Amino acid sequence: MAKTNPPVDVVLVGLGWTNSIMGMELTDAGLNVLALERGDDRDTVPDFAYPKMADELTYGVRYKLMQRPAKSTLTIRHGVGDMAVPYRSLGSFLPGDGVGGAGVHWNGHTWRPQPQELRLRSYIEENWGADIIPDDMTIQDYGVSYDELEPFFDYFEKVAGISGKAGNLNGEIQEGGNPFEGWRSSEYPMPPLARTYNDALFADMARDQGLHPFPLPAANASEAYTNPYGMQLGPCNFCGFCERYGCLNYSKSSPQTCILGALKRRNNFAYRANSEVLRVELDSDGKRATGVTYIDADGNEVFQPADLVILGAYSLHNVHLMLLSGIGTPYDPESGEGVVGKNYAYQMNGGSTLFFKDKEFNPFIGAGANGEIVNDFGVEQIDFGQEGFIGGSYINAAMTNGQPIRNMPLPAGAPAWGRGWKQAVQASYGHTMTIGSHGSNMAYRDCYLDLDPNYTDDHGRPLMRMTFDWKPNDVRMTQFMKQKIDTLSKALGPDDYRLSFKDFDSRYDVRPYQTTHNVGGAIMGTDPSTSALNRYLQSWDVHNVFVMGASAFPQNLQYNPTGLVGALAYWSAKAIREQYLPNPGPLVQA
Amino acid sequence: MSLENESRRRFMKGALTSIPAVTLGSGVSLTAPADEPPEQLSDYQPAFFDADEWAFLLAACDRLIPSDGDGPGALETNVPIFIDRQMEGSFGHAADWYMKGPFPDDVSPLMGYQSPMLPREVYRAGIAATRDYCVREYGEEFTALESTVQDEVLEKLEQQEITFENVSALHFFAFLLQNTKEGYFADPIHGGNKHMAAWQFIGFPGARGAYLEWVDQHNTKYPLGPVSLTGERG
Repeated sequence: MAKTNPPVDVVLVGLGWTNSIMGMELTDAGLNVLALERGDDRDTVPDFAYPKMADELTYGVRYKLMQRPAKSTLTIRHGVGDMAVPYRSLGSFLPGDGVGGAGVHWNGHTWRPQPQELRLRSYIEENWGADIIPDDMTIQDYGVSYDELEPFFDYFEKVAGISGKAGNLNGEIQEGGNPFEGWRSSEYPMPPLARTYNDALFADMARDQGLHPFPLPAANASEAYTNPYGMQLGPCNFCGFCERYGCLNYSKSSPQTCILGALKRRNNFAYRANSEVLRVELDSDGKRATGVTYIDADGNEVFQPADLVILGAYSLHNVHLMLLSGIGTPYDPESGEGVVGKNYAYQMNGGSTLFFKDKEFNPFIGAGANGEIVNDFGVEQIDFGQEGFIGGSYINAAMTNGQPIRNMPLPAGAPAWGRGWKQAVQASYGHTMTIGSHGSNMAYRDCYLDLDPNYTDDHGRPLMRMTFDWKPNDVRMTQFMKQKIDTLSKALGPDDYRLSFKDFDSRYDVRPYQTTHNVGGAIMGTDPSTSALNRYLQSWDVHNVFVMGASAFPQNLQYNPTGLVGALAYWSAKAIREQYLPNPGPLVQA
Repeated sequence: MSLENESRRRFMKGALTSIPAVTLGSGVSLTAPADEPPEQLSDYQPAFFDADEWAFLLAACDRLIPSDGDGPGALETNVPIFIDRQMEGSFGHAADWYMKGPFPDDVSPLMGYQSPMLPREVYRAGIAATRDYCVREYGEEFTALESTVQDEVLEKLEQQEITFENVSALHFFAFLLQNTKEGYFADPIHGGNKHMAAWQFIGFPGARGAYLEWVDQHNTKYPLGPVSLTGERG
């Protein structure tokens, strides 16, 4: 018999970026808020303190800050006819764990989507007609516009403390920023980070090529900064231990450095770490959540009653919890009906590694998000009808995390071991730079999430099953980028370079790290027959459940997701405060 | 736990007693070893490997990262000690991995590690099978073969030209190579990279972790030697 806790107004499931934001907003509204985080409690001191963070093996290779598959994983297969097998050890993506979530171990690339990306299907239909959309491509509009979200992008950038250069201030194009971006109501809170050598080489070359380079918007402070919550960041010292590490220097934006210190001081906020939510409980007609059942730090099953349930776990876990709790109809790829689990998407990336005998890059010098970008081949720039694909990429020259176990690119043909390997290592380390393509990934009828019939977790719950593979449309997109990057690579005049891009025979490979941008599965939209959430991230089916995160993306952006994830949390919070609390019920009538 | 306490103690001690031994600007650094020297490979008593396995491991590591040519080899940098410790730790036991069945056969390699064997079991079975193969094929133990023949055996494992009954040669070789490189480049706190020799070889400054004044010094080699988590300076 589960123990029952005293009721709270709001229970937050997970305590990363989105639920830290929800914690601030809903305690501001006077509500009594409790967060349940299944991982450990973590803070800059002692958990990310120098020198222990500067340990590549422990954090970069053995993933000490990540979810352990032994405790939480999913199964993966390429197609609906295959048997899925567990993602037993981490590779392709690295869900975060503990207080702060993936907001602790990210690099800090902080983007807004292009306005066109938020209404992608409409944009395509208006410009080229619906006929250019392949039959199995299930892309949709988000149901919220860029103009509606702009104030929330702006506020999230001020809370997180982003370093960058605006390219479009209220419609006026600005020198040195991204001339192709959507309008901004204000400049970035901080100027761009100092520029590394690779970055300067790329920027000069790109300008010579007639492109428009600009600094990558970075959640790494370029100077001392105090955010709207009174939280302080210090300037990044380019320590080189960013992605997969917590920041030892209070410089990387994270829930810890930007929000939690302020939130923890509030009397109407509490959180419990090592508390894993098993499911959301629904009342007898399944239309209202009554709270959540979780396992507390002592292993006891506890029922936590709440009037409002906010799912702010990692995107994959939000979907898993909805499937386990019976919130919304599970998606069926045969009929195309149902919504929960629909439109899982990933990121289509590729890149070039350039070798220069006579150049010194000092690759260990790096912030998480130092880099130079060109957006000239973005989604919004490409004539889909002419090029024969839907999508786009930003192209970047970034340098980060130049630690030697994982970051030892060698020229093609270099031996993997022996004396020749040692020679290649000596010749290459410190003398390479990269140009990458970070591209969109569309949604498809047979790329989705559901419950696995064969594998279970320690609580006896079915694991979630991912069905995913690369599709020709997205391969055509990345092959287009390959041609562009080949030209840019040659223009830099390296002694040698090596291109790595997906091709038409590429299948999804879970082994090498690609990106932790897993999106979709609990998508937002305007129609309950095609989306799990309405435009305010509210469940169509259970009105007091709101679902944060990139699980709401109907297909993936060309950009990293966190800027949109943060803005959507503030957008949803405003709707809860101004519309839902005075009159609890569906915010959009189906 | 004891390892953490020990390293904290060593770090504190190192921080209090070492004197910076770096000549700024010249690119030449003096070595100021920590006051507790790393273990000697020749004296080391492995915790996981038995004597025959240990001899195999030393010989194999010596071929994967040999001592000849520029830069240290796996044996000078205590890589086998690192691997022995990994076998006893969470890596060897796959403690962080999902290891519940079923384990279907014929799964695409793209789906990652799908064997019920723990990495330490793969090592034990892989070493035994490779030794048997050498005796059968060449009439001698791996350790007694000429280095060129040892290389040939390792290449056959890598290329899957040898298959074993009870262990995947591919998994065995992949773990061995991965762990050898890890031991070479990881902080010395984990048992390998003795005196940060591999870092000095490639010019990686280890745990220094502060480079703001170097960001805009473009195309200039960073001149300072490495520091380790325990405060050793190289």
